[in-house]
Amino acid sequence: MRVYEPLTLADPARRFQQRRWIEGDPALSQITDDVARPLNASPGKGWCACFAAALTALAVGIGCVWYQITTGIGVWGLNKTVGWGFDITNFVFWVGIGHAGTLISAILLLLRQQWRTSINRSAEAMTIFAVMCAGMFPLIHMGRPWLAFYVLPYPNSRGPLWVNFRSPLLWDVFALNTYLTISLVFWYVGMIPDFATLRDRASAGVKKSIYGILSLGWNGSHRTWSRYETLSMILAGLATPLVISVHSIVSMDFATSILPGWHTTIFPPYFVAGAVYSGFGMVMTLLILTRTLMHLEKYITHRHLDAMAKVMLLTGSIVGLSYGTELYVAWLSGNPYEQAVFYGRATGPYAWCFWTMVACNALAPQVLWSRRVRSNISALFVLSILVNVGMWLERFVIIVTSLHRSYLPSSWVMYRPTMIEVGTLIGSFGLFFTCFLLFIRLLPMIAIWEVKTGASAEPHEVVRHA
Amino acid sequence: MPREYLVATFVEPDALVNAVTMIRAHGFKIYDVYAPCPVHGLDEAMGLRRSRLPYVTLCAAVVGMVAAMSFQFYAAVFDWSLNVGGKPDNSTLAFVPITFEIAVLAGGLATAAAFLLRSGLFPGVTATLAAPRVTDDRFAIALRWRTNVFDTGEARRLLHDSGASEVRQIVGDV
Repeated sequence: MRVYEPLTLADPARRFQQRRWIEGDPALSQITDDVARPLNASPGKGWCACFAAALTALAVGIGCVWYQITTGIGVWGLNKTVGWGFDITNFVFWVGIGHAGTLISAILLLLRQQWRTSINRSAEAMTIFAVMCAGMFPLIHMGRPWLAFYVLPYPNSRGPLWVNFRSPLLWDVFALNTYLTISLVFWYVGMIPDFATLRDRASAGVKKSIYGILSLGWNGSHRTWSRYETLSMILAGLATPLVISVHSIVSMDFATSILPGWHTTIFPPYFVAGAVYSGFGMVMTLLILTRTLMHLEKYITHRHLDAMAKVMLLTGSIVGLSYGTELYVAWLSGNPYEQAVFYGRATGPYAWCFWTMVACNALAPQVLWSRRVRSNISALFVLSILVNVGMWLERFVIIVTSLHRSYLPSSWVMYRPTMIEVGTLIGSFGLFFTCFLLFIRLLPMIAIWEVKTGASAEPHEVVRHA
Repeated sequence: MPREYLVATFVEPDALVNAVTMIRAHGFKIYDVYAPCPVHGLDEAMGLRRSRLPYVTLCAAVVGMVAAMSFQFYAAVFDWSLNVGGKPDNSTLAFVPITFEIAVLAGGLATAAAFLLRSGLFPGVTATLAAPRVTDDRFAIALRWRTNVFDTGEARRLLHDSGASEVRQIVGDV
């Protein structure tokens, strides 16, 4: 029988095995310099071009939203049969995008995955901006968004007539607001030590005082650090079930109805896996862009992209399995209405959406089994865009194909988005990218202290050989 | 009366942890340690107790849970019962998602608030650094200096021996 010697941390062999996630062997002050540099340097041409494009898209969106609010949501392509179209598709899409941020910042923290440290800050920022974009769609769908406070259970002069606590749409209100609030708290708390670092390296002036206020008087005390780590773990522990609940509740908007195509118990896990999948697609797109724009290739390395690609492969395969399961269950159920919807998706007038979705979500990620593809940045970038297209189409397919042909053939119609709806979607991308581009210019987009924790924990003499 | 401290600066986190262990072994009390990132093993070396923050989370989450569930029950059963699709007034299961969300919200906000309160972190607080660059790449140990119980010579010697790059005596709050 072979006996394995236990490896301790002091064991040089074990130290050598420790995997490095950032390139080179930067000193602690070098890490501060590298992350803070883009905040002080003038923006490069690439950043300015992206920002101009994002602002243009945002302006298009503001114009469209203004037009539809002043005119009424009759300017959308919705009709009597298809009452949910682009707006809810976009809502579900954006909520899903946010999920990768929480997965990286919370779930990977609980699982003690070191590779999250260089990417968690920007992923959390992405979550917040994505949830903001998501929240916009139910608001404008109300038609009279200035009455949005009606969804809150406040004592009112109409009875008081309370909101319907049994409705998944109301659960959404609570889930989304809680998610946004907890994500903001998590994000801000994570940045406090970095604000202190930036405060102490800034020369006196406006910047120093702003960082001073934001850092809340942080002085690096280890008593505070110790408590801080407990707080991070608690927030991560809370965010983990929260993020699962959010997309489960979003899926219940559909699953608790009795419409064929929506009324299935597979929805919550299927939606959560899809959300993580699409979110990782978006994180991949953003990080490939920002590591180039901000010259942070040393910190966001091939190995990070490789790890993200593996998560995409896993979640993409779960999504593919879900597509198969849905079709199989429709066949197994023997229910003609259920079967009509699912066969209709693959063969009906929206079949091109369905097959593009299958190609992008279930087939495309299978190329990630190959290490060569996972280490090819251009390939990963193209794939990340495909994932987002596919996942957007998935929501469109679920929503529109289930609605447009219901029980009564006389009410069968087609839904086509109008230019206003397309413009609003473009606008939501504009809002998202405007916020994100401002974020990478104004705030430390890599968690300085977390990268230092990883770097200072590794022994120097071994690192040189690694 | 202003307080006085003996502050030793370190470059390497390992040396810092060893110094803390040694200083405490010689009967000195550590006032605090300053670092740009959490240092592994320092909690044990400093003999810090486990944080009580989880209790705050638990209490706040339970309060949030009870409040959310009872409010929904009150609104749907007593105050204005609505017949929605023939479901019972007290649809407890349907109240669970909102109850969960409120519990998480209350737990998270209360824990973050308790952390800031306990650590004295507020907007407008001016940070006094124990040593330059402790938020960048230096580590520092601060000992509270009391003339009657403090052998400065021994403390300085211990700190120097354990690899401190600089030992200073400072007056004022850190």
